[in-house]
Amino acid sequence: MTANITNRKSNSLDWFDTFWKKQGSNIIPPVLGILGFLLIWQLFSSSGLTKLPGPLSIWTDERTRTLLLYPFYDLGGLDKGLFWQTLASLGRVAQGYSLAALIGISVGILVGTQPLINKALDPLFQFLRMVAPLAWVPIALVALQQNQPAAIFVIFITSVWPILINTAEGVRQIPDDYNNVAKVLQLSRKEYYLNILLPAALPYIFTGLRIAIGLAWLAIIAAEIVMSGIVGIGFFIWDAYQQNYVSEIILAVVYIGTVGLLLDRAVAYLQKVIAPTEQK
Amino acid sequence: MLNQPITSFTTEPTVSSVKTAVKQQPFLTLSGVSKVYPTKKGPYTVLQGINLNVDKGEFICVIGHSGCGKSTLLNMVSGFANPTGGDVLLQGKRITKPGPDRMVVFQNYALLPWRTAFENVYLAVNAVHPRKSQAEKRAIAHDHLAMVGLSEAADKKPPQLSGGMKQRVSIARALAIRPQVLILDEPFGALDAITKEELQEELLKIWNDHRCTVLMITHDIDEALFLADRLVMMTNGPAATIGEVMEIPFARPRDRALIMEDPEYYKLRNYALDFLYNRFAHDDD
Repeated sequence: MTANITNRKSNSLDWFDTFWKKQGSNIIPPVLGILGFLLIWQLFSSSGLTKLPGPLSIWTDERTRTLLLYPFYDLGGLDKGLFWQTLASLGRVAQGYSLAALIGISVGILVGTQPLINKALDPLFQFLRMVAPLAWVPIALVALQQNQPAAIFVIFITSVWPILINTAEGVRQIPDDYNNVAKVLQLSRKEYYLNILLPAALPYIFTGLRIAIGLAWLAIIAAEIVMSGIVGIGFFIWDAYQQNYVSEIILAVVYIGTVGLLLDRAVAYLQKVIAPTEQK
Repeated sequence: MLNQPITSFTTEPTVSSVKTAVKQQPFLTLSGVSKVYPTKKGPYTVLQGINLNVDKGEFICVIGHSGCGKSTLLNMVSGFANPTGGDVLLQGKRITKPGPDRMVVFQNYALLPWRTAFENVYLAVNAVHPRKSQAEKRAIAHDHLAMVGLSEAADKKPPQLSGGMKQRVSIARALAIRPQVLILDEPFGALDAITKEELQEELLKIWNDHRCTVLMITHDIDEALFLADRLVMMTNGPAATIGEVMEIPFARPRDRALIMEDPEYYKLRNYALDFLYNRFAHDDD
């Protein structure tokens, strides 16, 4: 370090110092872990133990490097950068997931408040939620005839169950005390839903929403792989596999993991803002 | 109280297990009330042969061992439970379901944790007076929080409040809708001794100013003697009933220190203790 550093610089260094002292122990282990994993993977591929290209191939493979460096290119048709592929998939998730949230929460409230309807429908729900997303694809394609609505339906049918079941459970778990307050005050239905039922069930609803966003993202990839000829990161992977561009798949998987993580964090953040868990 | 018989001022603890032949129609009547719950082992009688008349503006405490059906008894007045036999009448009308004219202060406060103290009270005022202007409703809510000394904490949410403060909010919420009958289910049971005494005094002062009819469950004989006009003592379950009703003759407004100096206080206290721990001792105790 030179003797005459400016004030400003020393300030920012101070800031960095305190940050590092506080967060260093949180940053170093995961970085080491990831680097170690990549290193072992690279060694495995370089030594020829596996045919899977190593992580460095993302850079060394020319086609993949182009994809890495130009996520926004758009040559029309299916030939688009990974940003556009991911965005197309995200758009489907947004539609299917919104539909799942809307229907899951409404039906969940219905089932949670009406024991008879719950008895009638619960076995059906328990059965349907065990059906894997991929098994819905052919059904959706036959029923809806087109790729786009079928993909959205697969997202919907995969992610609706945790929302529905958690909402219903949240409604059933509303403490008697709160319901008694509603009864003694003779709250109108609307007042009861807005002031007691929804806020009381909100933590459960968000648990469902959070599980569902992960499932929705898993489902779209699976669904797109089966649906040929659409723009989307899932079909991109399938296409790359057919043409044996394996390092492209690796790059796409990095995109998928990152987006999945961001989606989960986003819902967790919403949960923290809207339904903090300080409630007793 | 106006309709009290003069006998309540004699030195002997007066006890009337069943009050009969009331001249005018009483405010709240329980006649021949029983409650039977079906269980797997057959019907289980919780309460039997309950007869009680309560005058308007009277302060009644109910005491008895746990499991004797005190809560069930009050639930039949609040409307959360319906009697299996007999009638519960408020001003001649049968009680069938809960309503704001019989507001309850719940044992564990039952405040909505996602709403501030003020919003909890406002919710009740708004539900009962939908036609009043917002300004009026807000004023009512604020006045009642001030009455229990919680103006400062109006914008705090229940998790930030102490037990005593929560119970104050709960009382403010109950009183804000001007119930005809105020039902309290062991309201101070979970509070420390000092907070408890403070709240008893506040409740009594508020009751003195507003004179609603109060039914309150308690485990605490001293609390009952300080607050109530009459103390309803329950026998043990199953098939519990009202064992005796003790008149508590101390003049109002009451001063705790003065009452505790009165030899009558200890007579009544010992009488109630004798009832609970000798004549109707609980098996588990």
